[in-house]
Amino acid sequence: MEELFEGLLNDHLGFVFWAAVAFVLLLILLAKFAWKPIMAAISERERSIEDALLKAEAAKEEMARLTNENEQLLKQARAERDLILNEARKIKDQIVGEAKAQANAEGARMIEQARIEINSQKAVALADVKNQVASLSVEIAEKLLRKQLADQQAQDAMVADLLKEVSVK
Amino acid sequence: MDFRHILNSKKTLLSVILGVFFTLTTCKTFAIQGENGTTEAKNAEQEAFNPTTAILEHIGDSHYWHVGGETSIPLPVILFTDKGMEMFSASEFHHGTEAHQGKYYTYKLVEDKIRVVNAGGEVDKEASKHIYDFSITKNVVALWIAGIILLIIFFSVAAAYRKRAGKAPKGLQSFIEPVIMFVRDEIARPNIGYRYERYMPILLTIFFFIWVNNLLGLIPLFPGGANVTGNILMTFVLSFIVMLVVNFSANKYYWKHIFMPPVPVWLYPIMIPVELIGVISRPFALMIRLYANISAGHIIVLSLIALIFIFKSMWVSLVSVPFVLFMDVLELLVAFLQAFIFTMLTALFIGTAVEEHHH
Repeated sequence: MEELFEGLLNDHLGFVFWAAVAFVLLLILLAKFAWKPIMAAISERERSIEDALLKAEAAKEEMARLTNENEQLLKQARAERDLILNEARKIKDQIVGEAKAQANAEGARMIEQARIEINSQKAVALADVKNQVASLSVEIAEKLLRKQLADQQAQDAMVADLLKEVSVK
Repeated sequence: MDFRHILNSKKTLLSVILGVFFTLTTCKTFAIQGENGTTEAKNAEQEAFNPTTAILEHIGDSHYWHVGGETSIPLPVILFTDKGMEMFSASEFHHGTEAHQGKYYTYKLVEDKIRVVNAGGEVDKEASKHIYDFSITKNVVALWIAGIILLIIFFSVAAAYRKRAGKAPKGLQSFIEPVIMFVRDEIARPNIGYRYERYMPILLTIFFFIWVNNLLGLIPLFPGGANVTGNILMTFVLSFIVMLVVNFSANKYYWKHIFMPPVPVWLYPIMIPVELIGVISRPFALMIRLYANISAGHIIVLSLIALIFIFKSMWVSLVSVPFVLFMDVLELLVAFLQAFIFTMLTALFIGTAVEEHHH
């Protein structure tokens, strides 16, 4: 056993030293001049790719949103147009109906007025006719009386009659 | 860039890959043969080929880097002795056959280890204890090569990120990025949680360091072929650093769990030592796992090649070379897998250390 380890340090310490120096030197040089820029470049590129992907995704979403919005707007506009048309139709119907009703009412009113007018005219005419008939009758009666009471006797007889009637009472 | 179309043809590419594979496996064969040849040259009456020594030599560290055939590159020897520092080329040892007279002592390579010898050529054990071997060995050079490759790759990738900020990755960058993302999303984030960013540098460095060293170890030719991640000292250094990182980033809940575990007080004398052993044993397991896996792969490949020399027949290669090819492809997977497991467990340990308890 001792034989195996004899001169171990004497023979091999040198190689351990050189190996350690070489590896540590390599580690320092590579870390400073290779790994640092390489890792930085890789992560930078990864970040930029991820960024670009995210942006593309966002753009796609934005696009979809815009399309959606447009469609929404279009739909809304169409609905509004329909609404306005409907309303206009309704208003038209209403106006026409109203006008019709008004015309009917006006006609009825005018007819009524005409009838009233006719009636009143008729009444006036009738009254006129009645007056004329009355005055004609009176004229006729006067003429008759005048003719009957032309002699004195008839007048006395009549007065006597009238007086008789008064004394009875 | 006028020649790109050559590589664009799938057929050409496939045959190039196959060609490289076969060349490399053959080179491995020559390497063992060469090594064997030199030892035989040294001792003419030496015993037959010993696969154990040959394999252990191949997976071990060395003061030479064997390139092919009889050629090896001698590497610089640096020694810290009690009298001062010494530096000379390993070629002075002439593959261990000759002693080198240094400034303070006389040195000799014994089984690729530096020992002090006295005037009579005997190993002086007492004096050898004062010698510390800080040589630039094969594994150290391989480590540097791996480090330089990593620096080149990742500095250029970092430059590409700066130049093409915010754009899609291109070229090498597009090969590396998924791996970095894998470490981040499959290893760091699920195990550590939202604090993962602080630990990304250490995790990425560990991952790519192990992976590249594993892959270089699979190449049998000069710039590769060293068994760096299959060296227990290397894995010791890695897991020691992991241990430091884990324990220095640990929060109060982690320490509370160790020193005041939620068990009856009379169990504390058992629980606290167990928890303390756990602090050491987790990185220890990391160290052993990586070392054993990578070494095992190398040993299997080398054993299959060694079969040719054991049977002393060229025809065995008809069996062992396809098997070596299969193992090499498997090792490509293992190279990635072990890097992944090491990093994964590191992240897991860090995760348990920084975890917040809400009760």
